Amino acid sequence: MNPWRTNFWRNLACAVLLLVVGLSLAANWLAPAGYARQFREATDAAPSRVHWLGTDEIGRDRFARVLYGTRISLLLAPAAALLSTLMAALVGGLAGYLGGVWARAAMAMTDLFLSLPWLFLLITVRALLPLNVSPLFSVLVTFLMLGLLGWTSAARVLCSSAGSLRESDFVRQARASGVRGARLFWIHVLPNLKAVLLAQFWISIPVFILSEANLGILGLGVAEPMPSWGSLLRELEGLISVGEAPWKFVPLILLVVVVTSFQLMLSKQEQAA
Amino acid sequence: MATEITRRRAILAATLVAAACLGIFTGSASAQGELRFCLRSEPKTFDPLKVEDDASVAVRYLTGGVLLRMNRQTQALEPELAQSWKVSKDGRQITFQLRSGISFSDGTPFSADDVAYTVQQLMDPALHSPTGDAFRSGPGNTETKILSATQISITFPAPVAGLDRQFDQVAILSAHSGKKEMAVLGPFMVDDYKPGATVLLKRNPNYWKTDAQGRKLPYLDSIRLDIQPNRDVEMLRFKRSEIGLINSLDSEYFDKLAATSPQLVHDAGPSLDSEQMWFNEVAKSPLPGYKKNWFRSANFRRAISQAINRDDLARVVFRGHAQAAIGPVSPANKFWFNAHLKPETYSPDAALKALQGEGFRMENGTLKDKDGNEVTFSVITNSGNKYRERMATMIQEDLQKIGIHVNVVTLDFPSLIERMTQTFDYEAILLGLTNVGLDPSEQMNVWLSSSENHQWNPSEKSPETPWEAEIDRLMRAQASSADAQKRKESFDRVQEIAIEQAPFIYLVNRNALSAVAANVQGASPVILVPQTYWNVERLAVK
Repeated sequence: MNPWRTNFWRNLACAVLLLVVGLSLAANWLAPAGYARQFREATDAAPSRVHWLGTDEIGRDRFARVLYGTRISLLLAPAAALLSTLMAALVGGLAGYLGGVWARAAMAMTDLFLSLPWLFLLITVRALLPLNVSPLFSVLVTFLMLGLLGWTSAARVLCSSAGSLRESDFVRQARASGVRGARLFWIHVLPNLKAVLLAQFWISIPVFILSEANLGILGLGVAEPMPSWGSLLRELEGLISVGEAPWKFVPLILLVVVVTSFQLMLSKQEQAA
Repeated sequence: MATEITRRRAILAATLVAAACLGIFTGSASAQGELRFCLRSEPKTFDPLKVEDDASVAVRYLTGGVLLRMNRQTQALEPELAQSWKVSKDGRQITFQLRSGISFSDGTPFSADDVAYTVQQLMDPALHSPTGDAFRSGPGNTETKILSATQISITFPAPVAGLDRQFDQVAILSAHSGKKEMAVLGPFMVDDYKPGATVLLKRNPNYWKTDAQGRKLPYLDSIRLDIQPNRDVEMLRFKRSEIGLINSLDSEYFDKLAATSPQLVHDAGPSLDSEQMWFNEVAKSPLPGYKKNWFRSANFRRAISQAINRDDLARVVFRGHAQAAIGPVSPANKFWFNAHLKPETYSPDAALKALQGEGFRMENGTLKDKDGNEVTFSVITNSGNKYRERMATMIQEDLQKIGIHVNVVTLDFPSLIERMTQTFDYEAILLGLTNVGLDPSEQMNVWLSSSENHQWNPSEKSPETPWEAEIDRLMRAQASSADAQKRKESFDRVQEIAIEQAPFIYLVNRNALSAVAANVQGASPVILVPQTYWNVERLAVK
């Protein structure tokens, strides 16, 4: 494998992600109109000097909404991924390390979670939440739910990895030297799961971005007027042809570019390793 | 050879003349093609008395013969199988003079026996006929008296509001046919049904109506109803000329179609359907006391109503294919609409002033009540309905102008209904009401304070406010009277009270939008269901 080529793709993916994050963080300057203001005299408008990507059905600047939506999806998806990876490390890693009945019990619980239809579970959880919450709170709750429900697949992988580490020579040696319990887990097992944890973290980010987009398409998830990629993708529902309003595809293109960049970074990282 | 050709020509000409003559006598020459359109769900039944869902209603309309039919264009009641009718002064009895010489689709003759049989079935408590519910005005039996083969009198135990109009929904069954509900008196009959795919209707050869030239109706040979729940697919199929009609067209699709083929789309003006918002006024709801006080105050509700820009909702959300709602009845309902009512004027300043009169005050752009509580509430609507979500978002911005912070929440429909009817754990709801009938009696379940569907405060043991008691009295008065003018006076007052007290904040009346393909002739879309094929027997496809 040519290392230059590997680095090129990884660097390109990194650069794309950095550019997208940078643009979204600069939303206040690039799109001063804000994501919520309704220009009711210019609804569903085509791109113009004032509105670079046109306006949505109730006259909100689409460029501003894409930038702010990107900020929300891109900042909170990694946060949810971090939460789910930590939970997976705790449940899966610990179960694998302890083995025996603990591992079986943890995996049974994981299987139970995996068998639940997560979309309906999210809809149910959303319905049980208090109604009178701010849009910002709704965003946090949406990603928190995604993080809390999305740890199961990673937990299985970590359980298996920790199980094999438990029987490895260096862990036996540490155990023979008197290292026991939590210290053995934190000092000797967990650091050796780092590569798996990182991989699971990177994999989870696009999964959560797409999950939020799915919820948004159903009209759930992030509350109005706050944008997210999911709510922006809903604009494509009524389109009959691509040529009708190609600028409405920008959120979709952005989503594909970001998810591809994450995947590219991950696969090239694995190849390099 | 020449003689042979001449003879052949003569035979051909004679055959053509014979065919043409036969056509005139049988009416088959006027039959023109197959009309296709979509049902958005599977018909649940072909028994006209058990019909409840929209798809079954459509099949009933196309196949069922009724005694009286409301003309969907003029909204006047017209004779069909009954030549004439008379309602008694007390509103309990109706006498029909039936047409003679009519047969069901299977050839069984139609008589007063069939009407008596249908009414007995309709009122049979064991059948639980949803159509029959409109006739169940009080305890006791319904009596049918056959006066002759073409005359029948029906007496109900108590007055039935709008008695004659209710017969628009009653398709007459045959008392004697072995085919039961498949023997029909309407223009078409069910020929084939493939669950999940199509319902094929063929013209009823025994249909009794003729056009002005004496040609037998209907003109169409058949109607193919494709079961298609996806509106995008329905639209694409219409664009490909695979179907000929679309009822209840989406305003976005309407505009897209209008941009390319303006002659195919029809905006019949405001429909009977309304979009409305209401606050939770249930005393036992788990809301904090100060919010209950806001929501139970008519001045608060009216101020909110004043601060909503309905014209913008109609123009932006429905792209101009809606009208700002005036009250509980759409102006499309020609007889029952109270023409003295005026639309609410959008005025955030007046709204703020009214709220200040109630002790509310503005502090740093936020409205607070007299106890210092910030005025904030949530509005729930059903997820997936983009029009309602957009309306809620626009209301959010409108109310922000008077310092009220609104949180828009979209919930799946079952969760929303549970909060609305079981737990009462909500603050405000934005939903729509689909009205099919014109008569106010069909809204009894909404207006009576004891009703479960009295949305803002369901199932009150006794009216909790004087104005609800007044509405109860007026609704009962109109329902028990046979005098149309007196009924209108009562219902006009109900509409006035509804505006004064604003238990519902009426937002917009959506327009009735439809599309008719260029090859479909005779269509004249109207606001009432079924908009495009209300005159189906006179439609033709070329």
